[in-house]
Formats: sequence, structure tokens, C-alpha cells
Amino acid sequence: MQDQPAAKDLVLAVREFLENVAMPKLEGHDAFHARVAANALAIVERELVIGPDSNAEEAARLRSLLGEDGSLHDLNVKLCDAISEGRMTLDTQGLADHLWLTTLTKLAIDQPRYAAYRRAKDTIAELDA
Amino acid sequence: MSAAENNDPKHDIALALREALGRALANIDLVRNVRRLSGGASQETWAFDAVTDHHVHPLILRRAPGGHTNTKRDTAVPLATEAHLIQLAQKQGVPVPPVTLVLDETDGLGDGFIMERIEGETIARKILRDEAYAEARPRLARQCGEMLARIHDVPLDKLPDLQRSPARAEIDKYRDIYKSTNHPHPVFELAFRYLEDNLPADDRLTLVHGDFRNGNLMVGPDGVRAVLDWELAHIGDPMEDLGWICVNSWRFGEIDNPVGGFGSREDMFAGYEAAGGPSVDPERVKYWEVLGTLKWGVMCLIMVQAFSSGMDRSVERAAIGRRASETEIDLLNLLAPRHI
Repeated sequence: MQDQPAAKDLVLAVREFLENVAMPKLEGHDAFHARVAANALAIVERELVIGPDSNAEEAARLRSLLGEDGSLHDLNVKLCDAISEGRMTLDTQGLADHLWLTTLTKLAIDQPRYAAYRRAKDTIAELDA
Repeated sequence: MSAAENNDPKHDIALALREALGRALANIDLVRNVRRLSGGASQETWAFDAVTDHHVHPLILRRAPGGHTNTKRDTAVPLATEAHLIQLAQKQGVPVPPVTLVLDETDGLGDGFIMERIEGETIARKILRDEAYAEARPRLARQCGEMLARIHDVPLDKLPDLQRSPARAEIDKYRDIYKSTNHPHPVFELAFRYLEDNLPADDRLTLVHGDFRNGNLMVGPDGVRAVLDWELAHIGDPMEDLGWICVNSWRFGEIDNPVGGFGSREDMFAGYEAAGGPSVDPERVKYWEVLGTLKWGVMCLIMVQAFSSGMDRSVERAAIGRRASETEIDLLNLLAPRHI
């Protein structure tokens, strides 16, 4: 086990330095790239928090869908082949659910402010209510 | 003139522009206010003013990066061809910036052309939100339909040499690129499969603008003033243009206005038909919206390759791959809507 601070907190420290110290001193393209850099670090922070559990859940769903085991990458390659070859379609039990859940998790990490993601989350909240 | 200004590439460009413009403008005195505009990875765009004895001409230079010639431009058409297309579209009644001059090799500026600078806004977020465009917004979708009908009506026998790229060719091109990244995207596979299973007939091939969307439309308070960036023009299915402007990535958060974030498909289709276009099959437009969404997703992956290969080490290039997931949720909304 690594010592503290945790990876997500180190990334947070760098992101806050960029946002609070570096960016106010930059102009034009440099300021823009610093903003992009801060956003990239925010993705890493979210992945460090969300990724481990969500990857495990994705792998479990894939094992159940495919009836096979393997690394997350290999399972995804097998799913791609099944879809490409028409062995799995949107009519396949569980496929659409799996693709939606996996995609929503990607967006929770990559771009939680994306309008289509926020709309999907609102819809789910309404269904759960 | 200071020594610093003499070393400025803008100074050299200004001198070369003045020399070249002698062929197009009478009594040209000087070229001033030369400045590089942002955007455009495959070409440079410069704004400047040419002064003749009674007049200031606001102009734009579009040229190959660094002023080179014969730069590899992948799928983009040569700049002289782009200028030719703008002239053909203008004859058809499409608003475009009139071309002042096509550069030749004696000009020392590389491949490119000079066109009039139209005043207006191209930044989508401003067009979609600023009060200045409030009256224009409800008209834009219909105008886009009208313009696309005119573009698709350019006689084929008048067109310069262009790539022929119907749906089959587009799918093959983007699948090859996607496969070369060696990273699995099950949602992309689903979209490729849908596109294969629903391939439209090549029954009507026309000039296609190829990048008709927010960002390439110059808008004023009165509506669309110019259609820009013709570098991805090709011969293809005209519904490609109607589908591309509906891709969610170009709505900039205004997801309930499918046409560019400003209007309805029905308004665009009505404008298309009113301007002489054939009646629109919404399913076929949806097909091209799926293809366009997938294409943008694959393009995000290409940009990561530019980072990984060391060609462009910017954070922007590195991070854009993580925008592929935006296109995945858009594809699911198109292909498996309201599933969860």
C-alpha cells in the first residue's frame, strides 16, 4: 500500500495549483491549455474514485453475458466480435442494459456535465422515484 | 518600422499579399492588420485589410500550414478546389464569402486563396445564447435546409475533381481507422452493425458540403450570412449533410433542438423542400446522424493517435479521446433509446 496522500489527492493538489495559481497568470492559448489540463486532471480524479468498482462490475456483467472469463480488455474484444458478427443484438437479453450502464459510467468519469448524460441520469432518477 | 517588425512573419505575409492582390484589386496601397485567426488544423486562416486609394477591403487568407505547397491533406480537397466550390455555390445562391483571388506559385504564399471577410459570429455558444441572435435563431434551421438544397443542386458536370464517398465508403473508412486503434468500443460496433444492416441505396449522389454545422456557419442578427470551410466537400448522399448538422455534438447542450441546437428537423426539411430539394425521408437522415455521430467518435480517437505518436504532445490532443464516450451515449440514444 502506498503512503498518503492518495493518488486522487495528489492529482487534486496539482489541479488546484493549475486553477488557482497558474491560470490567473496565463493568457490566450496558454490559459486555454491550462484549463484543458485542469479538466484532464479532474477526469483522472474521478477515475481513481469510480474506476475500480465500476470496472469490476463491468467485468462481472461481461462474464455473465458472454459466459467466459478474461481480462476486462479481452472480454470487451469478445463482446465487440459478438456484436460485429451479429451473434448479439439489441434483442439479446442484457446487452442494451450493459451498454447503457457501461456508457453512463464512462461519462460519470469523462464528462459528467454532458447534457445527454444529465438527461439520462434525470430519467433514471424519475424511474426510481 | 522597427527591427522587431521586420523579423515578424506577418510583415513578410503583408508584403506578399500586397504583391499578389495587384492581380485582383486596382491601385492597392498597402496591406495592414495581418493577424492569424484561431482554429483550422489542416490550414491557416489569416485576417487582414487591403487598402486601395478610396477603400478598405476586409479580407481573409486561407492557405496551407506554413505557406507550403502540396501538403498532404488526407481527405481534404486542395485549396484551389475549395475556392472553385465556393464560386459554384455562390452561383447557386448559397451565401458564401466571395473569392477575391486564388494564389499561384509565384505569390510565395503557398497554396491558398483570398476571400472577402464577412462580419458575423461562428462561435456556437454565442449564436445559441446571445441576445443579439435571438431573432435569427428561429429562422436558422429553415435557412440551413434552403442552403443545403441549393448546394445539392450544383450541376455534377460543373464540379471539379472530388472524392466519391457514399455510405459504403464512409463506413469502410471509419471502421479501418477505428480498428487501427486496437481498443474495443462495443457501442461503436453496434453502430457499425446498424449502418451495415440499413445501408441506403446510392440512388442520388450530389455535391455534399461535408462539414455543414455550427462553427462553419457565419451568423448575423439576420440569420446565416455565409457557409464556410468547404475542405471536406465530396460527392455523396445529400442526406449526409442533413444528418451531420443534427449530430448532438453540434447542439452544444441544447439537446432538444436537433438542428445545430437552434431548430427542428421539420423546419430544416421544410426549407429543403421549399428551395427545390426532393422530399426528405427522416429515416435516411437519421441513418446519417448515426454515421455522423460515430464518425465524430472515431475522429476523437484519431486525435489521440496524434498525441501517442509524438506528433502533437498537447494536453488537448491527449484528452479528446475521452470525448468518444459522449458520442457513445448519443449513439445509444439513437439506437437503443430510453432503455434505462
